[in-house]
Amino acid sequence: MYKVILIAILFFIQKGFINAQQNKMVQIQEGSFVPLYGSTDKKPVVVKTFFIDIYPITNDDFLIFLKKNPGFSKSKIKGIFADKSYLSYWESDFDFGNINPKTPVTSISWFAAKKYCECQGKRLPTIDEWEYVAMADEKKIDARSKTEFNKYILSWYEKSKTYENSIGKTFKNHWGVYDMHGLVWEWTADYNSIFLSGESRKDKSEDKNLFCGGASVNATDLMNYAAFMRYAFRSSLKAQYSTRNLGFRCASTTRK
Amino acid sequence: MKKIILAIFIIALNLQSCKEPKTTATTSKEKPITDLSIYNLPSKWTNQEGKNIELKSLKGKVLVMVMIYTSCKAACPRLVADMRAIEEKLDNETKKNVKLILVSIDPVTDTPQKLKSFAIANKLNHDPWILLRSTEENTREFAAILAVNYKQISPMEFSHSNIISVFNPDGELIYQQEGLAVNNEKTVETINQEAKKF
Repeated sequence: MYKVILIAILFFIQKGFINAQQNKMVQIQEGSFVPLYGSTDKKPVVVKTFFIDIYPITNDDFLIFLKKNPGFSKSKIKGIFADKSYLSYWESDFDFGNINPKTPVTSISWFAAKKYCECQGKRLPTIDEWEYVAMADEKKIDARSKTEFNKYILSWYEKSKTYENSIGKTFKNHWGVYDMHGLVWEWTADYNSIFLSGESRKDKSEDKNLFCGGASVNATDLMNYAAFMRYAFRSSLKAQYSTRNLGFRCASTTRK
Repeated sequence: MKKIILAIFIIALNLQSCKEPKTTATTSKEKPITDLSIYNLPSKWTNQEGKNIELKSLKGKVLVMVMIYTSCKAACPRLVADMRAIEEKLDNETKKNVKLILVSIDPVTDTPQKLKSFAIANKLNHDPWILLRSTEENTREFAAILAVNYKQISPMEFSHSNIISVFNPDGELIYQQEGLAVNNEKTVETINQEAKKF
């Protein structure tokens, strides 16, 4: 009888050890903010306390996942879950070549990102959660009205190939989270909940605030412009898509 | 004590639930599930009768699907009207090979009972109509497959894309009609052609 318990306990210790190797998370305290897009009448959206990975998922992390879930390797993945560019920069199913293992994994479809997180007992963050964490700079929870902060984000949008950098080299924000800006774009759970004006889809709510005015460039315009870029990018995605600058990290409602 | 151990193992098993669902060994007669088939999705659904069904059970039919929610006042009645307009133009001979399916984007509100009364109120409570709901997560995933975007904007209101999707018997998306009250000629033609192949 005790043996059984012992085995069970050992099983858990091992389980815990495996988890410890995975991405560490930090707690994000409940709060509210008015996102650029997605709240009715500009009312604040409440983000409940949750946990988020400190870093985006790396090529190394993803390789471990693929070895356990070979169905998601580049030659095995079903067409409905990923397009042809899925992991296109990998040499083969279980080999990402001689790139730095600590660089973020990209060219990942939403299905693969979602599956990865599920396999860690986690999930993808929602857009609101992601944006809430991303509005913090080193000091403030909401740095969106700071000119410097916005300039930093926008200057990154102009840089190319930042996906070749290792994780954790950008600034550590108020929550202790790295790389929300400056490394790669990231998948969110509900990326397909955006309706942007000018899209061909009819009959949806529009948000006139999405468009920047002409020449005036103050901090608020910069902030809206940076956020607009992210929302526009998300709205252009389909779940099978994968591009070289799009990675992901996981979140969780409870501590993992 | 035994109960505790059992509980521990059940929890432990749950932790491993991410394992890929083994595609159930297909019998030699059955066609394997193709790469682009929605039947690769393991998700479980409930219909308006409260019966649990797996998507896979619809394999072999031509599916015409639309995502709606029953408390919707604006676009959904028109989407249902569009679906009905399609039904009217289906070939009588091959209609039996077609299923017209409404999928709820509001599974919290749209209980099977709600779906049932919606079906009755809209005269959809008979073959070939099926009303489905699943978990919020499965619904989000299914919408991702259909490239349908939706967002809850208030407790009883959603924004959503107006797309009617046609799947062949293998579960592959073969046609989408976008917008409200648009010309459905091509949609109907696609469905009838596909249903004739049986």
